[in-house]
Amino acid sequence: MAEVKTRGEIITNRIAVVAVLAALIVMLTPIFWITATAFKPRNLATTAPPTVLFEPTLAPFAKLFTKRSQLREPVPEEVYEAAPWWEKLVFDGGEQVVRNRKTGEATSSGYGNRYVNSLIVSIISTFLAVSMGTITAYGFSRFKVPGEQDWLFFILSTRMLPPIVVAIPMFLMYRAVGLHDTHIGLIILYTAFNLSFAVWIMKGFIDEIPREYEEAALVDGYTRLEAFRKIVLPEALTGIAATAVFCFITAWNEYAFALMMTSRNAQTAPPYIPSQVGSGLSDWTVIASGAFLFLLPVAIFTFLLRNHLLRGMSFGAIRK
Amino acid sequence: MADVMTRLNPDTRAAARGLSDLSIRNLFIIPTIAFLIVFNVFPLIYSLWTAFTDYRASTNAPSQWIGLDNFRYLLNDPFIWRNFTITAKYVLISVTGQVLVGFGLAMLLNRPIPLKGLITTLLLLPMMLSPAVVGLFWKLLYDPSFGIINYFLGLGKFEWLADPQMALYAVAMVDIWMWSPFVMLLSLAGLSAVPKHLYEAAEIDRAGSFYTFFRITLPLVAPILMIAIIFRTMEAFKTFDHAYILSTQPTTELIAIRLYKMAFLEWQTGMSSAFAYIVLIVVVAITNIYVKYLNKAKAR
Repeated sequence: MAEVKTRGEIITNRIAVVAVLAALIVMLTPIFWITATAFKPRNLATTAPPTVLFEPTLAPFAKLFTKRSQLREPVPEEVYEAAPWWEKLVFDGGEQVVRNRKTGEATSSGYGNRYVNSLIVSIISTFLAVSMGTITAYGFSRFKVPGEQDWLFFILSTRMLPPIVVAIPMFLMYRAVGLHDTHIGLIILYTAFNLSFAVWIMKGFIDEIPREYEEAALVDGYTRLEAFRKIVLPEALTGIAATAVFCFITAWNEYAFALMMTSRNAQTAPPYIPSQVGSGLSDWTVIASGAFLFLLPVAIFTFLLRNHLLRGMSFGAIRK
Repeated sequence: MADVMTRLNPDTRAAARGLSDLSIRNLFIIPTIAFLIVFNVFPLIYSLWTAFTDYRASTNAPSQWIGLDNFRYLLNDPFIWRNFTITAKYVLISVTGQVLVGFGLAMLLNRPIPLKGLITTLLLLPMMLSPAVVGLFWKLLYDPSFGIINYFLGLGKFEWLADPQMALYAVAMVDIWMWSPFVMLLSLAGLSAVPKHLYEAAEIDRAGSFYTFFRITLPLVAPILMIAIIFRTMEAFKTFDHAYILSTQPTTELIAIRLYKMAFLEWQTGMSSAFAYIVLIVVVAITNIYVKYLNKAKAR
């Protein structure tokens, strides 16, 4: 756009600034609201009119991780009222503990476990997808591959399938080989899901590294693999990091497969958090605190990734 | 001379020292392709077979070959067609909304605005979040008795998600909220690529802003906007996560939700595999259009 000069242009520009700020507020309100709810005392979470000003508390977070297991029977009203605040937290803690009837062994089925499952599955599948994706991208970028375009299209097409379509046969196969509700099962699925993405976006990054760098290294007496490791990988590091963060976010946010392929042991947070809003009185402050902790890493990564977002979202096809 | 050239060729020299380029290429590419075939193509072949059988994964009864019966039944089932109609309507509403909001935001941000970088990044946040968790907190926002949407719009106890007429729009709203930033991002890239001298020339010619927009901006941004539309259409067609969490009405039963229910709640495994194949054909058709445009954009 040309420089702002005339009076009319200054006014239009001011209107634009106001419009942008209004849009920003509207777009961020849902995120602000879930964050605010995560820090509210329980009685202020579901009031009409909504409570905007309140004294923030960490009680919802404490409840999220305290175990209800300690309770054999519901606590009488008087005992609850008389109890100090930390005991109240235990009384109405969000996390449930399931006791194995035969062994009496207690396993947590609460948020903490789901969060750890999400971390395990996302980190391992990201590592696998990015490492495989990077070397495959290098293969496609530097060597002649017969039917290269067709193979690349095939790789892309695996990402285009609706998850539910693949989920039906995968469910049957997993059940047959005992991978249902295991970390490995989810890791394999997410790796397959992210691999196509990693290949496409890494190919874009590696294509941009001049071939001359490696050729010089080869002349200097490096082998191909050494040149790849010592010249190409360091150059591609930014791209690898961006790809890894994208793969992590995709795996972290994934819902459909997690819903169908896990039930308890390996369940991740996305199917768990919504399932807590069931019948009856759900404590929205605890649910919101769980959601807040879950969204936090993604929000941080979004800021780190901001310059790579466009490329990542469009499979590297469009560059800024 | 030719001998010297061969010896100086970096590729031959490297090959003499370690693995040949051919074996490195195969080592780098084949495992990935094999992995993707095992976990994508093989399941699809497996479910193609299931699609021709009468099979329920909840029982131990062996599957029975019934030929095209599943497909025949599905194509004659009016409820399935209703799911397709609902999905088409949903795709239309959400993609239109995203294009209007996203492109509008991009037009605004294409001006000299303070803190532009920060604002753009903040606006991108919704599309990075988990759709399932997003669906959940919109449930809180939409709540008829304490949701903030009703409060700020002064709608009293309006039932967004329980109202059969409104529910689909409410679900599409969430999609618009999540994915307008994506259209905005692509549009911004398109807008920044428009050569400045075109605007300067238009200014010299005293062209009005209306004329400048329709004759310069829009035609030059159109290709990238088209990619955004196709990409979003494809994704909206597959919508499951937030819609499944938000929908309580038959009027919001998108194809993916129907498919999930058929396969994992009603356990009609054979039938749902056939249904999945019908959906797959539609997705492949949309994908082909997308890839065609993608290649065009790359060639630019």
